[in-house]
Amino acid sequence: MADLNAPYRVKGDTGDWEVVVGLEVHAQITATKSKLFSGAATAFGAEPNSQVSLIDAAMPGMLPVPNKECIRQAVRTGMALDAVINRWSRFDRKNYFYADLPQGYQISQLYHPLVGEGEVEILLDDKDESSAKRIGIERIHVEQDAGKLMHDQHPTMSYVDLNRCGVALMEIVSRPDMRSPAEAGAYLRKLRAILRYVGSCDGNMEEGSMRADVNVSVRKPGGDLGTRTETKNVNSVRFVMAVVEHEAKRQVELLESGGAVAQETRLFDPDKGVTRALRSKEDAHDYRYFPDPDLLPLELDEAFLEECRATLPELPDEKRKRYEGLGITPYNASVLTAEVETARWFDDLLESGVEAKAAANWTASELFGALNRIGKSIEDSPVSPPQAAELLKLVADGTISGTIAKQVFEIMLETGEGAGAIVESRGLKQTSDSGEIDAEIDKILAANADKVAEYKAGKQALFGFFVGQVMKAMAGKANPGVVNERLRAKLD
Amino acid sequence: MSELISKTITELRDGFRGGEFSAREIAEGYNTAVEAARLLNAYTVTTPDDALAAADAADETRGQGDLPPLAGIPLGIKDLFATKGVDSTAGSRILKGFKPTYESTVTGNLRRAGAGMLGKLNMDEFAMGSSNETSAYGPVISPWRRKGSNVGLTPGGSSGGSAAAVAALIAPGATGTDTGGSIRQPAAFAGICGIKPTYGRCSRWGIVAFASSLDQAGPMAKTVRDCAILLEAMAGFDPKDSTSLDLPVPQWEANLSSNLSGKRIGIPKEYRIDSVPAEINALWDRGIEWLKDAGATPVEISLPHTKYALPTYYIIAPAEASSNLARYDGVRYGLREEGVKTLDDMYAATRAAGFGAEVKRRIMIGTYVLSAGFYDAYFTKAQRVRALIKQDFAKAFEQCDVILTPTAPSAAFGIGETTDPLAMYLNDVFAVPASLAGLPAMSVPGGLDAQGLPLGLHLIGNELDEQIVLNAGLAIEERAGFTARPEKWW
Repeated sequence: MADLNAPYRVKGDTGDWEVVVGLEVHAQITATKSKLFSGAATAFGAEPNSQVSLIDAAMPGMLPVPNKECIRQAVRTGMALDAVINRWSRFDRKNYFYADLPQGYQISQLYHPLVGEGEVEILLDDKDESSAKRIGIERIHVEQDAGKLMHDQHPTMSYVDLNRCGVALMEIVSRPDMRSPAEAGAYLRKLRAILRYVGSCDGNMEEGSMRADVNVSVRKPGGDLGTRTETKNVNSVRFVMAVVEHEAKRQVELLESGGAVAQETRLFDPDKGVTRALRSKEDAHDYRYFPDPDLLPLELDEAFLEECRATLPELPDEKRKRYEGLGITPYNASVLTAEVETARWFDDLLESGVEAKAAANWTASELFGALNRIGKSIEDSPVSPPQAAELLKLVADGTISGTIAKQVFEIMLETGEGAGAIVESRGLKQTSDSGEIDAEIDKILAANADKVAEYKAGKQALFGFFVGQVMKAMAGKANPGVVNERLRAKLD
Repeated sequence: MSELISKTITELRDGFRGGEFSAREIAEGYNTAVEAARLLNAYTVTTPDDALAAADAADETRGQGDLPPLAGIPLGIKDLFATKGVDSTAGSRILKGFKPTYESTVTGNLRRAGAGMLGKLNMDEFAMGSSNETSAYGPVISPWRRKGSNVGLTPGGSSGGSAAAVAALIAPGATGTDTGGSIRQPAAFAGICGIKPTYGRCSRWGIVAFASSLDQAGPMAKTVRDCAILLEAMAGFDPKDSTSLDLPVPQWEANLSSNLSGKRIGIPKEYRIDSVPAEINALWDRGIEWLKDAGATPVEISLPHTKYALPTYYIIAPAEASSNLARYDGVRYGLREEGVKTLDDMYAATRAAGFGAEVKRRIMIGTYVLSAGFYDAYFTKAQRVRALIKQDFAKAFEQCDVILTPTAPSAAFGIGETTDPLAMYLNDVFAVPASLAGLPAMSVPGGLDAQGLPLGLHLIGNELDEQIVLNAGLAIEERAGFTARPEKWW
């Protein structure tokens, strides 16, 4: 396995190159289900042009009115990223012509964004706190999405669907702090997790509620920053990592063959795994940004900010540290907090009063294993937290052994019955009756006289064999502690 | 009938309520007059049935308790207002045939107040102009003529159709909009009253945008009282317009008073311009005397940044317009030029064919001042100067209660006489500063010039103080004794 702490380097003919990555993540504010300035609905997959208000279609005389809930969600997101919330911000118009942009401008925030600097901590190795790295957030601004062109509906014309037009986006701009595909991937996953914890964005990259523009440049380690390219609209963590890897290699090859990296916009082709140029800086639009005169500056008062702060949930990092404090291993704590649904499920399990470490081990191995096998997500888990708690308590109080618990869990998955009922009806209760266990031990020792002799001659390792034989003979129901104790009494 | 159309809104309201005549008689009288005045080109569309329907509704409810304030009053509506199901084209070819599915807040308010609509009034294209000559429908011809001359005169602009309609007695009142003088200058040219309220009093929702930070709707009518009545019905908070003022509408009409004792009238020294005709400055002096007579004390004030107001306006307004007019792209409504290959070609062809020369000029100016490399030198600087101009007024209103100036630097000019755009822009030299500061301002007729054409006096009030503007206007109206009406030649 590669050393996770070794810096990522692109090997070139002239030596090693370092890659520098920054991400601009566009996250749809899905919490509100209505658009940023028009109040029209935003459901995914609706009939084309069925979620378009007069404002979205930019009819003459229409005016935008900010959706306060969108602002609230963006502020909460900023707080979750430990960012400065600007109590005074303003909307600007970004002017350009395109058929998916009815107003002829996008309302965005260039000069005075809602959220300023913040940061996200990523772990490059889930098992190792010391692999933590902070990725700076430069800003978050709120803006409208554009509509969509459909080129496959008519032989000579393109159709326009304005359903997405006016949908609220948060553009979360990172600092160029990432140095490898893995870091870019970890950052995007972490950001997605935080957004989902906060609830501002569902993080659904397939439905386009989250996508990233990937800025990549290369340089000799420690040297000056190189010219960057921006690969637009990358819609999965895997693709983002592929873009970084591909762009870094492409740029190194270009530079080493005497060429220069052009500052340009590129597109990722997921089928071929390559990026290609979309437009160069020379054809870049002059967006003529200026303050939107239809909108007043956004001024946030302390009461509003306080309410935003008060409604923030426990975030992944806090939760992970709390779990670790309960004796849960760093790895399990990391796995259990990576997704908000998992964390919610596990918190419910902890609420039922089970022992944290055992519960974490069981969830991370038994439950995840089973869900993986049956192809279900934790939200659809056939076993609920209270049901799991019942099972774990039976193990904890010695009613059943860990081995029997696995059997019981399988039956729970199949039948939906409760653990207690299964143990009762199928007679799986563990026995600690030393008389019964002694009788079984005697039989085993008698049948394996040769091994007993070997053991007594010093082959200590055979002890486990005798334990296994007794457990097997008792169908796993014997209390392993009692078996151990009685065996030692008889053999030693 | 002709007696009815010469009445003020106040008289029509009181006569209708008192049972002297029916609302239907009023509407029919105006419909007939409108039809007979086609030569003026004041209306782009007439809606006689709309006026009649509102009249019939008023007649039916008369005597059944409280009537809405404008019951029985038909109005002309500037074509910049979206009116449901009726062509709303902003005087532009690019919106030809556009019938909105919605009604602007201001016209909706007027309808709720009982008003009917006589038709849509001609205007400079997208409200860009001071003479009505930029309209895609051709210019409005003012009902006024110079003594002994048949030369067609402009009614001013951009609310030229509104001004001409009120002056020619083909609407008792009309809506206008004012971005940099578009209510006040035509009111002055036509010998009528027109007020632009404080920015934010009237909702901009459903009014085709020219320059969003400056656009304000306001009424145009024969008298100050009529303006107060109409403005009360038009104004009000609208949650659909973020820049709308969330304040109750004052009772301007009930509080009208021409007693100005204790009030100080600011006379800005920077508005004394040598190139302005002597008779305009003489009228200004008469205005000061009238206000003194009403009990006010004149005080000289200084608005030091006045000379920068026009250049500032001609940066900010075109900048906003260049962006506001981007939506007219041929994709969703209005004109679309076919027969071109690419989307960009369609945009170019549509906008080339759909916009007139003045609109194109302003889009280009606006695009230029917002461009990378020029933004700070033009737009940012203009925003700073705008703040200084606001500050000038704030300081001035520490010394005075209302400011008196001439409305325009000339009387109405002939159609085609002013061809230099910069000379045209000078028409608004007195009107623009109040627009940049968002202040209420009004034009009231003061008298006739030597050629027999009306001249207006201009009153500017502090933020939200429309009342002092109206009161000072009333004091002038009572003393000026302006009763001149254009002789009917159409």
